[in-house]
Amino acid sequence: MSVFEEQDYKKRFDWQLWKKLFRYLKPYKKHLAVLGVVVIILAGIDTVFPLMTKLAVDSYIVPRTFEGLWKFGFLFALLVIVQAVVVWLFIAIAGKIDMGICYDIRKRGFERLQELSFTYYDRTQVGWIMARMTSDISRLGDTIAWGLVDMIWGFTMMLAMAVVMFVLNWKLAFLTLSVVPVLAVLSLYFQKKILKWYRIVRKSNSRITGGFNEGITGAKTTKTLAREQENLREFQAMTSTMYHSSVRAAVLSSMYLPAVLTLGSIGTALALWYGGKGVLAATISYGTLLAFISYTVQFFEPVREIARIFAELQSAQASAERTLSMIETKPDITDSAQVIKTYGTTYSPKKDRWPEMAGNITFRNVSFAYSGGQKVLTQFNLDVKAGETIALVGETGSGKSTIVNLACRFYEPTEGEILIDGVDYRERTLLWLHSNLGYVLQTPHLFSGAIEENIRYGKLEATDKEIEGAARLVNAHNFIMNLEDGYQTDVGEGGGRLSTGEKQLISFARAILADPRIFVLDEATSSIDTESEKIIQEAIEQVLAGRTSFIIAHRLSTIRSADRILVIRDGRVIEEGDHHNLLKQKGYYYKLYTNQFMDEQETRLINA
Amino acid sequence: MLKRVKLLLSFMKGNRAQYGGAIIAVGLATLSSLLIPLIIRIVIDSVIGDTSMQMPGWILSFFQYIGGKSFLAKNLWIGGIAIVALTILRGMFLFLKGKWSAIASESFARRMREQLFDHLQYLPHDYHVKVQTGDLIQRCTSDVETIRRFLAIQFIEVGRAFFMVGAVLPIMFVLDVRMTIVSMIVVPLIFGFAIVFFLKVKSAFKVSDETEGKLSSILQENLSGVRVVRAFARQAYEIDKFDHINGQFRDLTYRLIRLLAWYWGISDFMCLMQIGTVILLGTYLASQGMISLGTFFLFSSYVGMLLWPVRQMGRILTDLGKALVALGRIQEIFNEPVEDMKIGAHRGSIKGNIEFKNVSFAYDDGKKILKNISFSVQQGQTVAILGPTGSGKSSLVYLLSGLYDYDEGSIEIDGVELRDIDRKWLREHVGIVLQEPFLFSRTVKENIGLAKKDVRETEIVEAARIAAIHDVVLEFDKGYETPVGERGVTLSGGQKQRVALARMLIKHYPILVFDDTLSAVDTETDAAIRKALKKRSNKATTFIISHRITTLSDADIILVLENGKLTQSGTHEKLIRQRGLYKRIWSLQSALEEELDGDGEHERTSGEFITKRKG
Repeated sequence: MSVFEEQDYKKRFDWQLWKKLFRYLKPYKKHLAVLGVVVIILAGIDTVFPLMTKLAVDSYIVPRTFEGLWKFGFLFALLVIVQAVVVWLFIAIAGKIDMGICYDIRKRGFERLQELSFTYYDRTQVGWIMARMTSDISRLGDTIAWGLVDMIWGFTMMLAMAVVMFVLNWKLAFLTLSVVPVLAVLSLYFQKKILKWYRIVRKSNSRITGGFNEGITGAKTTKTLAREQENLREFQAMTSTMYHSSVRAAVLSSMYLPAVLTLGSIGTALALWYGGKGVLAATISYGTLLAFISYTVQFFEPVREIARIFAELQSAQASAERTLSMIETKPDITDSAQVIKTYGTTYSPKKDRWPEMAGNITFRNVSFAYSGGQKVLTQFNLDVKAGETIALVGETGSGKSTIVNLACRFYEPTEGEILIDGVDYRERTLLWLHSNLGYVLQTPHLFSGAIEENIRYGKLEATDKEIEGAARLVNAHNFIMNLEDGYQTDVGEGGGRLSTGEKQLISFARAILADPRIFVLDEATSSIDTESEKIIQEAIEQVLAGRTSFIIAHRLSTIRSADRILVIRDGRVIEEGDHHNLLKQKGYYYKLYTNQFMDEQETRLINA
Repeated sequence: MLKRVKLLLSFMKGNRAQYGGAIIAVGLATLSSLLIPLIIRIVIDSVIGDTSMQMPGWILSFFQYIGGKSFLAKNLWIGGIAIVALTILRGMFLFLKGKWSAIASESFARRMREQLFDHLQYLPHDYHVKVQTGDLIQRCTSDVETIRRFLAIQFIEVGRAFFMVGAVLPIMFVLDVRMTIVSMIVVPLIFGFAIVFFLKVKSAFKVSDETEGKLSSILQENLSGVRVVRAFARQAYEIDKFDHINGQFRDLTYRLIRLLAWYWGISDFMCLMQIGTVILLGTYLASQGMISLGTFFLFSSYVGMLLWPVRQMGRILTDLGKALVALGRIQEIFNEPVEDMKIGAHRGSIKGNIEFKNVSFAYDDGKKILKNISFSVQQGQTVAILGPTGSGKSSLVYLLSGLYDYDEGSIEIDGVELRDIDRKWLREHVGIVLQEPFLFSRTVKENIGLAKKDVRETEIVEAARIAAIHDVVLEFDKGYETPVGERGVTLSGGQKQRVALARMLIKHYPILVFDDTLSAVDTETDAAIRKALKKRSNKATTFIISHRITTLSDADIILVLENGKLTQSGTHEKLIRQRGLYKRIWSLQSALEEELDGDGEHERTSGEFITKRKG
């Protein structure tokens, strides 16, 4: 449910944060400059239009002449054209900056995500990252591009209007503008309050989403518990909060607008009263009076805008904080400067300097603890010869996965070292190790796209022949050819259109194509039908042949065929040896095996 | 279409007063805002200027009464006060409009959310097996929101536009026909332009939205596949892939923004040209004395007021389209028929004697799942069900709690036909633990206590003990107060099953069903749980679906289901003397012993092993 939740955030204006953010504006300096000019012109024109009315009144209507009216018409048309062009420019440029910034931040974020280690992914939910990369970044682009520009527009326009008003008649200007400070304070007050309520609305909205999520995914369970009425009552509590806070927020907004309008009308009234007196006394022209009346109405639009933007800055700041904190997270596992100098970076590797890998792996006094301090491995030693197949068995949480993750350098040891071909793997690049790594997960992960693309993931420059060869090797070719579009069949999001067994086979083909020295298999617990199991078993044997392999094993057939079995419990190897020796010990493995044997055979027999 | 509008109206019911009130309020607010330029006109023309007032007699006599022009001219503030007063009036109406339309639209949303939630809960089990959660949530949340926004903002806005045009036109016509006609020239043009433009731009909106969707799914796939990406060292490739879609999204959205720039640029041009024309003509007419200065001012104000809502029309129409689509998607949910909870009315006590007589059951698509099943169970007995995947085991037990309805034959519980029992009552007496149980995102304690009101702490602990989850829970930092799910601990499959089991044990159901519940629990724990269950004082009639011989052999009655037919039934002793699936399973134990003795030296895969045993 927490994925749906809104976070709360700090109140203070964080100048440092914004400075960092403004760095992203650098590539758009020129655009910004043009935009600045455009905005100022726009504000200027907005100020000039009421003056045009004044001009019409004072030069033509009052003197009762239309001589030279065409000039006026021409000028007006010119202004209109400029306005249209400027509006176009304004939207186009602000849009360009908005999209550009979003693109840049997103790109930077994605690059950082590719560098962060698994410890980051272990403690961060995918949903959280998604929210940062999508809605937060959009909000930032919005605020920076449009918000700031609107603010500049507002201030420029207010300034220009104030100047014009003072020039026209400073006393009248002073009088009518006296409402502005009141308006500013009022606006800020209201906007903050309104925003506060909208935040509550958003929160209860997330809760309702969570409620629906639970209601729908838990529907079957709800039926068995006959709990429909209680669930509805609980859900109604959420919708009720939502209702009350939404209405509250809307009522506040509905109060704010009349307040602004009333204040504005006081300005108009003052202009009419004092200006009218001036007209009667012939100290003020009709045109000036009308211009003032227009200005008092126009003046309040930017005040409202600015107040809104100020209020929104707070939530934009929260977005900035979260996004930047993600981008600035330091990856735990990186190559040292020395290593990069010798072997290159991930993006420009110096492959010619890479040593061949044989595949001997040694754990030497390795300890590992999560950042929370929870110790998983203590003084762990293991020697794996090139080409050997190691099966790791044990309960969930025993440390099997940690061992594999350490071997792959997805985690690094907190103490001790891991040697590959006799050299501490930290003296080589991550890319070198990972380029020599094959990895098949318990729940195989495929990318949406064609089967062919998915297999090619193992070796980007592979020919179609190589791809087919890999598929044949793991017995995937036949089922692929039976699909409608063969190798071009779209697997759907997450490979959803294929069965688990089929996904397994494709992920094997992908791994084989990569031709790794080290192979890791995290085996599925779920039983599949005998036919596919046989196929998969053969595929596994193909993949493992001649490579150093780690298998987090569940199926007896794989366990039995391993060169060495390690029984792991609480981060230690409690039994070790091949299948026969371990059975003879009649220890933990024996128990595990007999239970597993019965379970597996029963299921198999029933479904045979 | 008509049906959708009907649905919309049915949810709007109950707030008719607010909708009506909001529309009237917005009308009155519009009227008050139209009066202000009129007042300014009077002040300019007749108080400051010399034109005689043209208005209904009674107002004129009122002005005469208070002192006529000279009095008003001396007290110009009266005009000012009138403006402020009218604005306050307008503000009040606007406030009422805002409040009422908020109440109306929020009630709408609330009603719709609640009914959706309730409807979904009562949709049959089968529906929930097939359903796509993400899509449903989308409909229940953002689609409802789309409609709500339309009702809250645009619906009333249309009313405002009508009032505006309806009120402005007559005033303008009365004042000057020529000016009115000129003021209206561009209106149809802008209206048409707005509609055509937004219809055209729809596809650009859609493309941008779709690309954003693609961007999210590529991101999502990268994040959930982070292990694969790293293991194949494909960071650079992934960055390129993301960069491509990221750039595409940027460009497509920018294209959309540019289109909007054209729209606002052109419509600004048209509107301002219109205003310019009015000013120009007004200036000419006024300079010739054909209209007054005040009228000139009035027209130039009204023109602006008129154009704004017209420009919004295109937007409103696109949003109306979106709202209708959303409504259609919601309607699809409501069109699904719900379970009939009131099929029977019997609410007598349920003890647990069960009799199946020639029961058959088929899915809606006609596929026969159960064929002619007959057996009977005494209160307190344990029934074990064995059979391959798809043999109908789960369907059989689902019939018991009315999750499915049988088509033929009869099921009697304590002599009462199951169909005649009130469904809620039935489910309150048949406790099913599903194979993949759902835990709610609350604490462990709350999850276990869910089925019973006012549950005591000791009951929870006792149930957890029997379900062999107590010790596990104590190891959590906050024990029973630990939240389950994303915000708390992530439980393994077996742990979830055991919590769900404890949840069922809290309530002493006379009939208990384990739908392969303990499959993810290891054999020993499984045995321990069954032992503890047996010790419970009031023994329930228990159905256990399992493939474990130890579990099966313990039962009073064993049912073997194959292809929807009951192929064997009876006690363990009886079944091991018959040829069949049960005996084959039973002989596995000796196979295991053999395997352990012989070390399985020759067996490469266990598949071969089975084939050999069978032959």
